Amino acid sequence: VENVRLLDRLSSKKSALGTLYLTATHVIFVENDSETHKETWILHSQISSIEKQATTATGCPLLIRCKNFQVIQLVIPQERDCHDVYISLIRLARPVKYEELYCFSFNPKLDKEEREQGWKLVDLNEEYNRMGIPNNYWQISDVNRDYGVCDSYPTEVYVPKSATARIIVGSSKFRSRRRFPALSYYCKDNNASICRSSQPLSGFSARCLEDEQMLQAIRKSNPGSDFIYVVDTRPKLNAMANRAAGKGYENEDNYSNIKFQFIGIENIHVMRNSLQKMLEVCELKSPSMSDFLWGLENSGWLKHIKAIMDAGIFIAKAVAEEGVSVLVHCSDGWDRTAQVCSVASLLLDPYYRTMKGFMVLIEKDWVSFGHKFNHRYGNLDGDPKEISPVIDQFIECVWQLMEQFPCAFEFNERFLIHIQHHIYSCQFGNFLCNSQKERRELKVQERTYSLWAHLWKNRADYLNPLYREDHSQTQGTLHLQMAPCNFLYKFWSGMYNRFEKGLHPRQSVTDYLMAVKEETQQLEEELEVLGERLANLQKSQLNDSTVKSKQQDRSTQLGLSTSNNSLANTPQEYSNDLKSFPSRSPSQGDEEDSALILTQDNLKSSDPDLSANSDQESGVEDLSCRSPSGGGCLQSEDSGKDSDEAVFLAV
Amino acid sequence: MEFAELIKTPRADNVVLHRPFYLAVEGTLCLTGHHLIFSSRRQDNAEELWLLHSNIDSIEKRFVGSLGTVVIKCKDLRIIQLDIPGMEECLNIASSIEALSTLDSVTLMYPFFYRPMFEIVEDGWRCFLPDQEFELLTSVTDEWRLSCINKEFSVCSSYPPVVIVPKSIDDEALRKVALFRHGSRFPVLSYYHKKNGMVMMRSSQPLTGTNGRRCKEDEKLINATLRPGKRGYIIDTRSLNIAQQARAKGGGFEQEAHYPQWRRIHKCIERFNILQESLIKLVEACNDQSHNMDRWLSKLEASNWLTHIKEILTAACLAAQCIDREGASVLVHGTEGTDSTLQVTSLAQIILDPRCRTIRGFESLVVREWLQAGHPFQQRCAQSAYSNSKQKWEAPVFLLFLDCVWQILRQFPCSFEFNEQFLIMLFEHAYASQFGTFLGNNENERSKLKLPQKTMSLWSWVNRPEELSKFQNPLFEANSLVIWPSVAPQSLQLWEGVFLRWNRPSKFLDEAHEEMINIIKYNKELQAKVNALRRQLAEMETDERMQENL
Repeated sequence: VENVRLLDRLSSKKSALGTLYLTATHVIFVENDSETHKETWILHSQISSIEKQATTATGCPLLIRCKNFQVIQLVIPQERDCHDVYISLIRLARPVKYEELYCFSFNPKLDKEEREQGWKLVDLNEEYNRMGIPNNYWQISDVNRDYGVCDSYPTEVYVPKSATARIIVGSSKFRSRRRFPALSYYCKDNNASICRSSQPLSGFSARCLEDEQMLQAIRKSNPGSDFIYVVDTRPKLNAMANRAAGKGYENEDNYSNIKFQFIGIENIHVMRNSLQKMLEVCELKSPSMSDFLWGLENSGWLKHIKAIMDAGIFIAKAVAEEGVSVLVHCSDGWDRTAQVCSVASLLLDPYYRTMKGFMVLIEKDWVSFGHKFNHRYGNLDGDPKEISPVIDQFIECVWQLMEQFPCAFEFNERFLIHIQHHIYSCQFGNFLCNSQKERRELKVQERTYSLWAHLWKNRADYLNPLYREDHSQTQGTLHLQMAPCNFLYKFWSGMYNRFEKGLHPRQSVTDYLMAVKEETQQLEEELEVLGERLANLQKSQLNDSTVKSKQQDRSTQLGLSTSNNSLANTPQEYSNDLKSFPSRSPSQGDEEDSALILTQDNLKSSDPDLSANSDQESGVEDLSCRSPSGGGCLQSEDSGKDSDEAVFLAV
Repeated sequence: MEFAELIKTPRADNVVLHRPFYLAVEGTLCLTGHHLIFSSRRQDNAEELWLLHSNIDSIEKRFVGSLGTVVIKCKDLRIIQLDIPGMEECLNIASSIEALSTLDSVTLMYPFFYRPMFEIVEDGWRCFLPDQEFELLTSVTDEWRLSCINKEFSVCSSYPPVVIVPKSIDDEALRKVALFRHGSRFPVLSYYHKKNGMVMMRSSQPLTGTNGRRCKEDEKLINATLRPGKRGYIIDTRSLNIAQQARAKGGGFEQEAHYPQWRRIHKCIERFNILQESLIKLVEACNDQSHNMDRWLSKLEASNWLTHIKEILTAACLAAQCIDREGASVLVHGTEGTDSTLQVTSLAQIILDPRCRTIRGFESLVVREWLQAGHPFQQRCAQSAYSNSKQKWEAPVFLLFLDCVWQILRQFPCSFEFNEQFLIMLFEHAYASQFGTFLGNNENERSKLKLPQKTMSLWSWVNRPEELSKFQNPLFEANSLVIWPSVAPQSLQLWEGVFLRWNRPSKFLDEAHEEMINIIKYNKELQAKVNALRRQLAEMETDERMQENL
């Protein structure tokens, strides 16, 4: 469709004219602007809702909301075209078969072997070995080898040595969806462990001997402690309501030596509504501070994040400080339980705070234990009531921790944002389906690529420059305040206003430090080379011509990397004010432009450095339409410096 | 008066000091004329706390049996608690602290007694003189002149002795304009934008009154700043409503009919007790750890602090936009022109002028736009968030300005030569200091107090290399551009460095900062080494070639 306008959400004045293309996998908008031809690509699987708004004089507006929090507003001149686009997108955004998803057509041009290598990057058996398992207390069980006991569990499950197949099967029959207690994390140092399951089918009075034996076995596998915590992550009221349906929670009287604890994390429906409310706040056109804070509070989002963190902190403390094992469950044990187990693991074990370890953690607590990715993130057309930002919340918890412990994580914010993006994108096969069983049936590993290999290949982009293996924050447990430090939890604009570049800090400390570190590395190398040359020269005063040329190579290279430091000092459109700015007399025509020209006229008399100024203005325009790099603007910045730099920055 | 008269119990033993995130410490408490000193007399790890009496905002005492407890709340927002055995001692100490922290005579303040222990390299009192500023200006334009009309503070008591005004306006005209402006604060130059020759002026409100009085000289003065055929903007920091109400009290605003070349924009920035209330509510919310997440956000919202930040920044950005993007001159004023006006003019300069983002330039900005411009520091900063006095002239105007600077710094972390600590330091010294810089309400009072002769300037201390290094931003890379901050609510944050400073653990953040410094330091060291080696190599090669040539 031609002559489509892409509106800038923040300022109604700015819009780009271009052509809209629909392909099998993407919506693509290409701007007409002959210089840039800026392209906006949206994966169909990212589309969360499409809204056709009332036709206006200029055309028919179409609002596309994406699962990665991008909001696109298009105006299509013809009502009929708009309707066609709308109908097609609705169909394309809601595939009914897995085969329609992007990952089955996505081809990063890797050969078969590379693909297989990619899938091997994260190996859970290796991970349990790293934890020190199997050992005297824990073993791998093949009771679920054909998914015979529990179809949402993996084939390989780690259980206490004393838990026989009879106990496991018996216990599984007493648990929702047969999700029996299995090991999630084991702490080598004190034998304390985190196990996970679903709720018991206890109703008002039912008991199950095998289930009681199972919990007993978990306790015995930690000889240093005479009880275990059973943490029900639901609000007490929800858990009690479940009893009426023959489900419920453990009765302390029936189980020997357990301490039962509720931690009120709300269910997926509450969370879905909460996110919805928060996104409405993010989408407000020019909210006042009160609108924003009130809306944020009203959404309850940060309260929910804190509840998840508090649960994680409770468990981490039990394991690390008390040396007590914990069994965690919610209702089915695949949402809140996954959140809480992974937050606790992250707090306890510095390995999960490395890039590789974080991939392992998601693979362990989310992918293998049957978190229902397909249902929660709406990859295939399904029940909208099943959709909920469960893993988004976990990812945010990690970000909140990163804010409080800036040196503790090997990866940076971008890593989290990209993982979130790909959970919805369906570009890689990792998060397809609802369980390991379904993925195996679909032969996902043979037919798609692994996200982890892709991220690993680009790991330089995801490094936290402040991370050092020998830093105190990267050792052992992260000690958080359990005290209600509410103000420690903040709104994550980097995620929820991810595409509103104008709202974010204009200069990135992370990128700056990464550039410095990169340069440092080059300097170290050069130092070595120079040292050698010096030694050689002193020894045998020879071949000075080659030295010289090589040295010049080096210095140009270095110049390039320093230029990296002068990062985006980019002025941006000051949009909020444009609106409040009174319009001038109509005779002046297009305000922005005329103002610009007049300014330049004035400049000619006083300012010799005219070129820089005009460039700078254009840079502003450029960025306001969310150009990804703002390259045009950067060129202007120091037109005095060598041209290499500008080219480098513009890329 | 002798301080000794106020100190009935100069010393108490076995006092226990409680602070958040620290273990309680036992030690000795001493009171001197200006300090409260606590010393844990432990051999291994002696710890001392020195607190200026003038830093104390309020004090509470309570008793359990004969053990008295004194809670001291400071202007820098810290709260400490002292357990003092003995009812009489405790009462004596509390009443001494109360008296010493509320001395009403300026000349009894610590700056008049403070003797520096450091060598003065450069006298801060002579660092930022108007003549030097003017010299910089004359290098780019000759349309302005330095007027000594206010030499004896005879025309305007809150202006400095010399001001910069349009060359075409003589002192006689200035005198007439002064009569037409509130508190005689006639329009003067605040900032000259080199890039396009546009200017920012500031003044107080015109005294139009209800019958629409006008003043030809005033019109001529501000028109003198316009280029032929161009228009300017008047930014009134009050809402139209409030500006209209001001007419009843003799104030008012510039009428379109009399200022046809100017377009007036009203931006509402709150004043006085509204700001003070806002600060009190905010600090209360930050100190209250008992409530849950929802209560915290609603209290933060109810304090309106961030709303004020947003309003002030928006007005400043608007002024900057008029100058830089619209190519127009700007006049900024509110009522008196000593509060919101200065917030706007100084923030606009930070946005526009890279010089103001350097340490030296920022100091000069504070001197020009706050101290010399007559912001009544002594009135505004007499008390802080814990005071019960509720004087109507107390207001955290300067703190709001610093907070706005911090917001811009956060959005442009590589564009400022100074760091957050520098801003926090200025906040502390504005409220309580050993230096005379922030004493008095204007240059007139300062000269009467003979501050330059009798006290030490803050700048004399700050600008020594050993102090300066603490305030330098390791990420700084000179950025010659205009920097446009975002004022969207998502982009504005609570300034934790000030408001949560005493009630959050900062260890991990401090470590991160240290890490950052080390990364950059190591890089610089390597660079130096590489350069040295390169030079050495080059020398050897030339030597070699010379030998070959021989």
